[in-house]
Amino acid sequence: MITYIIRRLIYTIPILLGVAFIIFTLFNLVGGDPTYQMLGKHATVSQIEELRHELGLDKPQYLQFVDYLKQIVTFDFGRSYATKQRISNMILNGIPASLSLAIPAFIGETFLGLALALFVAFFRGTFLDRTVVVFCVVGMSVSALAYILFGQYVLAYWLGLFPISGYDPDPLLRLQYIALPALIWITVSLGINVRVFRTFVLDEINQDYVRTARAKGLNEIRTLFKHVLKNALIPVITYVVIQIPFLITGSFLLESFFGIPGLGSITIDAIHNSDFPVIKAMTTIETFLFIFANLITDVLYGVVDPRIKFK
Amino acid sequence: MNSLWVDAWNRLKQEKLALFSLGIILLYSLIALAAKLGFLATPWDVEIGAAYSPPSLESLKHIFGTDIFGRSVLYKALHGTRVAMSVGLVSALIATPIGVVLGSVAGYFGGKIDEAIVWFYTTISSIPSIMLLIAIAYVLGKGIYSVYIALGVTSWVSLARLIRGEFMKHKTREYVIAAESIGANHLKRIFKHIFPNVIHIVIINVSLQFQIAIKSEVILSYLGLGVQGQPSWGVMIDDAKLELARGVWWQLTAATIGMFFVVLAFNILGDALRDALDPKLKSRA
Repeated sequence: MITYIIRRLIYTIPILLGVAFIIFTLFNLVGGDPTYQMLGKHATVSQIEELRHELGLDKPQYLQFVDYLKQIVTFDFGRSYATKQRISNMILNGIPASLSLAIPAFIGETFLGLALALFVAFFRGTFLDRTVVVFCVVGMSVSALAYILFGQYVLAYWLGLFPISGYDPDPLLRLQYIALPALIWITVSLGINVRVFRTFVLDEINQDYVRTARAKGLNEIRTLFKHVLKNALIPVITYVVIQIPFLITGSFLLESFFGIPGLGSITIDAIHNSDFPVIKAMTTIETFLFIFANLITDVLYGVVDPRIKFK
Repeated sequence: MNSLWVDAWNRLKQEKLALFSLGIILLYSLIALAAKLGFLATPWDVEIGAAYSPPSLESLKHIFGTDIFGRSVLYKALHGTRVAMSVGLVSALIATPIGVVLGSVAGYFGGKIDEAIVWFYTTISSIPSIMLLIAIAYVLGKGIYSVYIALGVTSWVSLARLIRGEFMKHKTREYVIAAESIGANHLKRIFKHIFPNVIHIVIINVSLQFQIAIKSEVILSYLGLGVQGQPSWGVMIDDAKLELARGVWWQLTAATIGMFFVVLAFNILGDALRDALDPKLKSRA
């Protein structure tokens, strides 16, 4: 077990270095000089020089790369160009906001998706089953932006069922602001979830042990819940766990539309302000969070599934 | 090999819905081409009425109303197909060769080469794709070319993974060993002998690539990192964000409908292609 964890940790190091190198290349070599974009057309030469010095862009490339690695290790990405805040503080404040939307929405989409999948699997092959699948494909084909814009317009602006946007530091008062974006999140992802979970359930329904269960006289509902669901949960859990890293990044579009000050909003604001240091830091942090979450997921698998040790 | 394609086409033909989807995709391509050549919805950038006039039946170009400059929303939506289809096509043209070459080389040769390529694509796929997309589009500057490149270089990883897996299975099969014994070199074995047996994966992937590209272009344009100076569904949806508060819903509706049918068609076609071309699923159908 310990050797597995150590091996997995060692395997992560070249990936981390590779990621750092790619992001550095992208922003410092491919991107060219960001100072023009940041200062606008009317910048003077001395202003540009000053900003280049401030950002460390006047140093040789390899020293800039060392600087960047130092930033990652010390978790100090300097200050935002637009708001002058410390970027590391912005990120630390953003994570709880992102999670307060992502966690309820994620739990909702998973349970609702699974419940609907079981429901249609019970009616498999019937008109009802086919109709639900058609609705899923149709739902998947509508732009997420359309769900957000129409949802906000109709449910919040027009019918006044929810606040249009906002956020509250108090977790209980926050619920009213989280409700609508979470509802839209669930709607957007329900189509794909039901389809995927339905396949998982149907894969199990045709197995021999299910036939045996029926043969010994169990009715369809008991077979479904007692035998099929238990086994179908294995691929479901795998599918769900893989998505956990994405929860930290949250939903860019939902956060920015509903004024939730999470990592997604920070990134979108930075793009609109041409806030180069923030975009670079956000790309780095979200990637590292993603790798870290993947690592934990894999280690947990190692704990749960004894077969992995032998690979 | 021919019989596989004939077989696949016969199965696809029975799927009325898949053929219909193929028809819709061809229609969108024709619209895009006609708009580009100036046969359709031209000129899109002239005033045809008052700003924000609601949809009316007085003529075809008023059917989705007008935008802030009094331009026909229908014409803009039709021109949006140009951007959408070209983004799908060009990004597929960039991603497919990268995915095929890296995937087949890694799977075929194995060893150190495989390790290096797997490291490379694991690294790329460790950057959340939306962040990588935003970062590339941001550093390359605004415009449709940045969108092409950003989508092309971010979307080859899943194809490379699949191709690599298939090559690992195929390289020790008897037909490949037979090819080796009659003197086929590595290049021939990879592209002439094995590749035709995995090409169905490429076709399914291209269909998937199109809809991902169309959806991503909309989000990039919406973030202000995409297309400039020509109509795109993403730009239209971006405009709609401010218009909705004034009750102007038609621009959002037109862009959403335009996008909906083509993404739906690619969704259905992708499923049908998988059923028709993937021999593993054949017995289950």
